[in-house]
Amino acid sequence: MTLALLQAVGLTKYFGDFAACRGIDLAIRAGERHALLGENGAGKSTLVKMIYGALAPSAGEIRWEGRAVTIDGPKAARALGVGMVHQHFSLFDALTVAENVALALPGAMPRAISGRIRDVSKAYRLEIDPDKRVHELSVGEKQRVEILRCLLQEPRLLIMDEPTSVLTPQEADALFETLERLSAEGVAILYISHRLAEVRALCETATILRGGELVATCDPRAETADSMAALMVGHEVEKLVRRSSTGIRGPVRLKLAGLTSGRLRAIDLDVHGGEVMGIAGVAGEGQNALMAALIGETPTAPEMIEIEGRPMGRASPTERRLAGAAFVPEERIGHAAVTEMALPQNILLSHHRAERLVRGGWIDARKMRSWADKVRADFDVRSGSARPVAGALSGGNLQKFVVGREILRNPGVLVVSQPTWGVDPGAAAVIREALVRLAETGAAVLVISQDLEELFALADRIAVIHDGQLSAPEPVEDLTAERVGLLMAGALEAAA
Amino acid sequence: MITLTRRPGPSIWMSLLSPVIAIALTVASGAIIFTAMGMDAGEALSIYFLSPFGDAFSRSELVVKAVPLALIGAGLAVSFRANVWNIGAAGQYTLGAVAGGWVALSFPEASSPLWLIPYMFAGIAGGMAWAAIPALLKTRFHANEILVSLMLTYVAALLLDWLVRGPWRDPLGFGFPQSRDFAEAFLMPLLAPPDRVHAGVFAALIAGGALAVMMGRTIKGFEIAVIGAAPRAGAFGGFNQTGVTWFVLLVSGGLAGLAGAIEVSATIRQLQPDIAAGYGFTAIIVAFLGRLNPAGAILGALVLAVSYIGGENAQILLKLPKNAAFVFQGLLLFFLLTCDTLIRYRIRFARVA
Repeated sequence: MTLALLQAVGLTKYFGDFAACRGIDLAIRAGERHALLGENGAGKSTLVKMIYGALAPSAGEIRWEGRAVTIDGPKAARALGVGMVHQHFSLFDALTVAENVALALPGAMPRAISGRIRDVSKAYRLEIDPDKRVHELSVGEKQRVEILRCLLQEPRLLIMDEPTSVLTPQEADALFETLERLSAEGVAILYISHRLAEVRALCETATILRGGELVATCDPRAETADSMAALMVGHEVEKLVRRSSTGIRGPVRLKLAGLTSGRLRAIDLDVHGGEVMGIAGVAGEGQNALMAALIGETPTAPEMIEIEGRPMGRASPTERRLAGAAFVPEERIGHAAVTEMALPQNILLSHHRAERLVRGGWIDARKMRSWADKVRADFDVRSGSARPVAGALSGGNLQKFVVGREILRNPGVLVVSQPTWGVDPGAAAVIREALVRLAETGAAVLVISQDLEELFALADRIAVIHDGQLSAPEPVEDLTAERVGLLMAGALEAAA
Repeated sequence: MITLTRRPGPSIWMSLLSPVIAIALTVASGAIIFTAMGMDAGEALSIYFLSPFGDAFSRSELVVKAVPLALIGAGLAVSFRANVWNIGAAGQYTLGAVAGGWVALSFPEASSPLWLIPYMFAGIAGGMAWAAIPALLKTRFHANEILVSLMLTYVAALLLDWLVRGPWRDPLGFGFPQSRDFAEAFLMPLLAPPDRVHAGVFAALIAGGALAVMMGRTIKGFEIAVIGAAPRAGAFGGFNQTGVTWFVLLVSGGLAGLAGAIEVSATIRQLQPDIAAGYGFTAIIVAFLGRLNPAGAILGALVLAVSYIGGENAQILLKLPKNAAFVFQGLLLFFLLTCDTLIRYRIRFARVA
């Protein structure tokens, strides 16, 4: 057997009494494509941070080509040959590609490096113009810059953290080709993802973590997505089955007519009672402006947004809620919830007038608490302490809380952005089922998501947002992932 | 390289203990400073920190000093919770005194104590008007309220100076820069003469209590806290950031103005260039010492009052300069902010590669 390039032996990390990782063994050979799977809070980030030198292990050791090493910082990791592409990009928008890459390479001058960028980008089909400024690039191109930046340091192990979450299917396919080419040249790849289908397509080994411990090392190609999901969650997950459309199509409850605001250009959309409308699109195509206009954070002309037949483009979020609408923005922390406040206060945030939690200016503390208890019980929101602040909940539990908070109001119109973003499969299943149930009661549900798999499973109709424009919604039966992908990339703009 | 990393969960106990630790550190530093100056540290500290409690007169003076500090500090606590940094309470205090003084000087024949009511309302209005300037500039033009409110402090001081040297100067005052004395009706009633404790105590208690209830129990207080903690969540909740900015500046400005009017009426009884507007700055420490809780500001005001009285006693008994009191106030704020920071963050020493 060949010697592992990187080997972790009994790697353990404690935060106080809490073991984020306990006794993890992991071995990656040169050229191997290795997936790291696990729910939120399973210890993936902690493990990777130890390998990348951002956290010091409490116990255990890391061996590089059989030799025990201490990685005391990202710089030391890079010196060994570990490169990492983070989920959130760290690029300077105002600088060119070459300048951004040069910043990461000590002693390099942007002009000297342009040639190397061209060579490497050609070799790995990561086409990019080194002289372009980063703010002109699409999200997929920005990711290429991040990858290029790693490749120029000639890494022997490349860590990719959820790389496809911002890509169209076509861009993702191109990325997989690049990764396969790299691995053929002997670069090992540690691939972190929630998306089991792509792990099965790309990787030869998968390490699955749960609750900070290693539960299985398997060959994903020999497993099914369901069997791996079961290993991650610890029990069988309800499968994402496409619900059979009820065929009920109630009256239009949410209507957008020529909505123009920020990046949005003349968006038209009717969402009927009883249907789930999906809006697909890669990140940053105008979803934020759409959400702000729908919630009422950015006022528009009154007739541009109709809720339950009433023009509400200029109405405040509170008035819209009183009219029966509810909203779940994408960002949980600091937008949908105030992290330093307790859960009852976070109920108050959106329900203060809509659910009469305030009388004559006085907060009805008992009602507020019973709401919080009900959301926690109905949506299985788990926490370490009895009265946690919102920030103490894990991502999945906080998401269940903010979605549950709005669904339990029984709104006539629910607008939700990225309902299962960064949420483990167990919590995602709970959230998706609740959304479908709500639509079945006759509510109009609008889901904005970058997860196509999710939209295909949830939505009755799907429209695609690209560069501030929305394609005409099409019934999901008539759509293929490929067609949506092309719409997402703007390729069908002229035809649509 | 030294870096600060966020602690996973700040301990509630520690954030409540933080003021106590800061006070202890201030006393300890005082001991070191006195020893370095060749004084008997024990004696000096006892004059500074214990003598203010020693006799009835000092205790009443403690309360007299605490009244304006508590009034201003309670308002500032609300403003700071909204993440609106009103640093110019001293100017609003001055304008409160000027507006009240205008009422008092306009009615020299007044005799009914009911005149105190319009007098105090004028003080509130004066402080509010002065705070409305940073509010307008911030909400309309995104001007930084720290700079605007601070700079207006100097404008207010010069305005008062001009008034008492010019139009409002006492014609019988031998040319001294001071106004005529206020009529009897405009003087705060004393609670236990001859001690100077006056009815302004009730104003401070009511303001601190009412604002604490507002912050804890009403939707207005919740709105302020949400906008301060997470402005985007505030927008999501349907709260109006502009409205909150106006509200907290008017509340804190109005209370500072009231403090100015009360202080002038209770202790100085006329307008003059120096009306102790420095309370407006000291009250910033009061607000932090009170954990940005308006009721806590009442306790914070008592602690800071000790440093004023102790400073006066030290001036007399130890021949220490008056500014020594400000050194202690500065140390206290420094230690307080340090403790608060270290409760939320831990220090890491990282090697520079």
